[in-house]
Amino acid sequence: MDDYSEPTTDIACTVNGAQVHTRVPVRQSLVDWLRHGLGLTGSHVGCEHGICGACHVVVDNRVVRGCLMLAVEAEGQQIVTIETAAPSDQVRALQDAFYERAAVQCGFCTPGMILQAADLLTSNPAPTRAEIRETLSGNYCRCTGYQAIVDAVEAAAHALRRWPTGNGADASPDRSRRDDSRNQQE
Amino acid sequence: MPRAATRRLVSGRGQYVDDIGLKGELHAAFLRSPYPHAAFKIDAADAAALDGVVRVLTADDLDRVCRPWRCVSHAFPGMVSPEQRPLAKSRAVYQGEPVALVIAHSRAIAEDAVERIAAGWEELPAVPSIDAALEPDCATAHVGLQSNLSWQTEIRSGDPEHAFATAALVVQERLVFARKTGVTLEPRGVLASYDPSVGSLLVHISHQMPHQIQSHLADLLALSPLDVRVICADVGGAFGIKMHVYPDEVAVCAASKLLGRPVKFIADRIESLVSDVHAREHVVEARMAVDAEGRILGFDVDDVQGLGAYSVFPRSSMTEATSMLRAVGGPYRYDHYRAVLRCVLQNKTMIGQYRSVGHPIACAVTERLVDLAARARREDAVEFRRRNFLPSDAMPWVSPTGARMIDLSHAACLERLIELVELPRLRAEIEAKRARGDIVGFGLASFVEFTATAAEGYGPAGVPVSSVDTVVVTLEPSGEVRAQCSACEIGQGIQQGVAQVLADAIGLPPERVRVLLGDTAAIAHGGGAWSSRGAAITGEAAWAAGRKLRDSLLAIAGALLQMPPAALDIRCGRFVDVATGADRLGLDDVGRTVTFHGYDLPKGTSPQLTATHQYGRETDPFLPTNGIQASLVEIDRGTGIVTVRRHWVVGDCGRIINPLLVDEQIRGGVVQGIGEALCEACRYDHAGQFISGTLADYLVPMASEMPDIAIAHVETHYSGSILGAKGVGEAGTCGAPAAVLNAVNDALAPYGTCVNELPVSPIDVLRALGSLREETML
Amino acid sequence: MKPPRFDYVRPASIDEALGLLAEHGGNASILAGGQSLIPMLNLRMAQPALLIDIKGIPGLGGISRDGDQLVIGAASRHNEVLHSPLVRNAAPLLGLALQHVAHEAIRNRGTLGGSLALADPSAELPACAVCLSADIMAASVRGERTIPAEDFFEDLYATALAPDELIVRVQFPACDDGWRFAFDEVVRRRGDFAIAGVAIAVRPQNDTIADCRIVFFGIESAPKRARGAEAVLAGSSLSASVRERACAALDDDLTPIASGEYSPAYRRHLATVLLARVLDQMPAGHNGRL
Repeated sequence: MDDYSEPTTDIACTVNGAQVHTRVPVRQSLVDWLRHGLGLTGSHVGCEHGICGACHVVVDNRVVRGCLMLAVEAEGQQIVTIETAAPSDQVRALQDAFYERAAVQCGFCTPGMILQAADLLTSNPAPTRAEIRETLSGNYCRCTGYQAIVDAVEAAAHALRRWPTGNGADASPDRSRRDDSRNQQE
Repeated sequence: MPRAATRRLVSGRGQYVDDIGLKGELHAAFLRSPYPHAAFKIDAADAAALDGVVRVLTADDLDRVCRPWRCVSHAFPGMVSPEQRPLAKSRAVYQGEPVALVIAHSRAIAEDAVERIAAGWEELPAVPSIDAALEPDCATAHVGLQSNLSWQTEIRSGDPEHAFATAALVVQERLVFARKTGVTLEPRGVLASYDPSVGSLLVHISHQMPHQIQSHLADLLALSPLDVRVICADVGGAFGIKMHVYPDEVAVCAASKLLGRPVKFIADRIESLVSDVHAREHVVEARMAVDAEGRILGFDVDDVQGLGAYSVFPRSSMTEATSMLRAVGGPYRYDHYRAVLRCVLQNKTMIGQYRSVGHPIACAVTERLVDLAARARREDAVEFRRRNFLPSDAMPWVSPTGARMIDLSHAACLERLIELVELPRLRAEIEAKRARGDIVGFGLASFVEFTATAAEGYGPAGVPVSSVDTVVVTLEPSGEVRAQCSACEIGQGIQQGVAQVLADAIGLPPERVRVLLGDTAAIAHGGGAWSSRGAAITGEAAWAAGRKLRDSLLAIAGALLQMPPAALDIRCGRFVDVATGADRLGLDDVGRTVTFHGYDLPKGTSPQLTATHQYGRETDPFLPTNGIQASLVEIDRGTGIVTVRRHWVVGDCGRIINPLLVDEQIRGGVVQGIGEALCEACRYDHAGQFISGTLADYLVPMASEMPDIAIAHVETHYSGSILGAKGVGEAGTCGAPAAVLNAVNDALAPYGTCVNELPVSPIDVLRALGSLREETML
Repeated sequence: MKPPRFDYVRPASIDEALGLLAEHGGNASILAGGQSLIPMLNLRMAQPALLIDIKGIPGLGGISRDGDQLVIGAASRHNEVLHSPLVRNAAPLLGLALQHVAHEAIRNRGTLGGSLALADPSAELPACAVCLSADIMAASVRGERTIPAEDFFEDLYATALAPDELIVRVQFPACDDGWRFAFDEVVRRRGDFAIAGVAIAVRPQNDTIADCRIVFFGIESAPKRARGAEAVLAGSSLSASVRERACAALDDDLTPIASGEYSPAYRRHLATVLLARVLDQMPAGHNGRL
């Protein structure tokens, strides 16, 4: 992106397992940078005020809204998007389940939905339908009415409980690692 | 079966407009009117001087490349709708109307420049509410108009005065429907690229009707349609919102023509909420006359529709109202009808077609009156409906609204619904809850939804909307089949549906069929996606094209095998001997032979590996479908908040090509309808300012509050086509608001009260229950 | 909407951050979690010249117990607080409230300090801070000072913080076994900003209420203790007539604001509904000992 006196800054981070060193406009959001700076257009922009969840990405094993983070805040972080070449078992199971259950119509909410659901299944391998709905209550879908998505998450959870534990790869928010870091003081 | 395209979408490989880039593209941002009605004078010097800004364009600039337009329709003679431009010239008539366009090297810089445009706003009196708009002393939405009345009509059938005068029972209700909007998750967007060397325009756009927008852009920009290519790749939700000619999208294409550079515009959510077409703003006073035996004699409807500042181009905003009036009384047999319609201009966003277009209002009005009549007669609402349904053996039948009812199944759907909800058990459950003090209610909504509009829909009106679609299908040397069609994929699954129909018609697995759509360069002018027409129209074209190709391929195989074609069949991509089942050849053998080894065929065979069919329905201009929905709601006694606990749909959409996808269309439609009933409204303050400006203000249904929706089907094939498929995409939205409203009023009935406005607000519920203490000093 | 231009700096220490604040004062915004600031930037409702990113500054994070105080660093993320066993033990009200705060992705980023500094009248955490008599530790180049929560929230989005002050940590008196907590809010959809809500802490003694603290949010422009209702309940048993009088006392305790589609009358009504609902949970309530 050209300069035009736009304040920019250097950042270094990891995106989908690859090191990235680049210059970003200071005011550019994380999701806009991923989409237009790196060409990773799988995360979508639906509202830019943090309500719809279409922009979800995973930063340091936590699901975040990519429109509510600046690209500069990605400094030193590990970012994983839906396009990762090594999706976690949860993401893979969800992709299969969304496909089978026709939990996708226009597809715009789908990556954000899958990443949030994957986060749920990592910490709660057997969620109830109410828990699934509650977790996904921050992801707007206009096409499906949500039921097929809930069915798909349930089916993915069921399938995962029958799979051998896989190597989590770089898109698996690992709740146990997260709790350790929370209990430490900065 | 699942859609093949889903694999792409779950992997984040969708190609929505903002995912597509052209080298050297510039970015657009609009200055939009912050007032409902205001005069302005643009001074863009500061904005244009900003580093990174290429141009700041106003109406005068775009006049050089784009003509103004006016909504005109023979269906609405005398309709008042002033001329409209891509950018307003000197006066803005709705909040959000684009008045200046900044083209810059990034969207962020373009927005910086927009802030620097001085517009010298002078507010003018604004017309916001419908009630005020028709008062004689009210200001007019446009300076210089006589009144805000854009169009009116009266419809009569039978002898309604006599029917109402002599009826044993007349029930009446006044229902107020709030404006709402579509909120597609992907906002509108367009990437336009004009090549001045040859005068051609390439348009990537999030749209439902590539050919229609192609022809309008060509017309407005003085280009030949053959020089305008429109591509609709992945569309992130449409629902009717993306079928219109939007001034801002036209402005971007005009800007590209002016500059000779690619220009991209992606609406952000704020401008989407205020500038996407709105829908459903009606005030309806309705009555129903019933005889002593409990049979409906007739309906009398007075509808005032809010249009916004212009009638939407080119179809007219009042088609929402006329669709509504056509659908009143839909499932029932009756003889008398009177309807009065007034369409009112306002200083608000344009009203346009949005999912189920008018039908939800007709259904809510009709089904509310039916419930009132049943209650007045102290009889079961189910029984009243059953008695009054148009029986199957009475069809075909032309209703007093002028609609032809054919191949419908009201009684069968009702019986299936009673099974599905387990009605006696449910009623006992409701009684038990009520005994505990819970406020619960059960509501029904039976409906007729007209789909797959044929040429009579817009042709006589002089509005160029295609109801004909084309499928071109070709056998590849690999033995796979590829097709192009003029449908448009908006997430509803038509691409998959056409592939399945072709696969069945020809005789190979659907995975070996690839369907290309959404590109005007690839196929003849067609209708795209609207009025739930994909299966009924493009599906029919696909069947015929597929059968033509099959016949052609059998002839070629017969020639190769020295057998009569009738002795062969195509199964799973192979030619088999009908008598023995023996496998003789593959489709790939025929494909390769014709393409590379034509000399192996007898001279004079003239083998054709491509077939085409164009289909437009000649009967039933509005193809009726039917269904019945039921809703179980609970009202929180303290907060007045309504929750839908369960919801059921029994629908009849004729032959179902893909049951998995059909059910999901219904569910998605129902949830939009629940939103319409309970939480979605475009609100304005006393000064006419739009205050539902973000997704924190405009409430759309989210997962936690929505119920599971049970669905069952009755399949009454349409007798007027080979496949017998009808439309289903809008049926969920058609009946859900009525079912929820009826359920809420069923819950409130034991308290001797009711509500009559959608969306049902918690405050209205508490007021109805008499439990809200309101002192005037607050 | 894209945000306006701003400069961005990432100080390495609290002192450096304070120096920047002293220099830029009202022209700078603190970027902690960003979950409230970034939407305001995107909507161009906030136009700071400088963003001071305080993430990663040592001394601003962490959750610890210091004697009878629970100390939460201002930069602690909502999910850290929500899942902390120390918080569950010493200030269970926070966990009850945080379940209602926004959604998972926002709770992963949003911070306690950020929520308190924003002072949204519909937010859950300011009300909890007042209910728990928290102390908000604010630092500037002039030093550190303690601002009791009930003096901190002044009005709609307005706090007692000076333009050059930064919240560094929040101290909660660790509750003992005798306290019970309840929390409720009215929303149209899970995770929305509340239309109205209440945080309540009660110390039952035998059959009576020895002490109680009631704080509403979403009803007035800033959370404060409902002293009239508290006075009715203190020393009494939870009979029907006591509850009724406590709810009636809210007429004097609360002056509901008009905002959006919900009238002051409706918010006042919700206050009664909410108080009745949390009192229904007493004296059992929630004490964090599961």
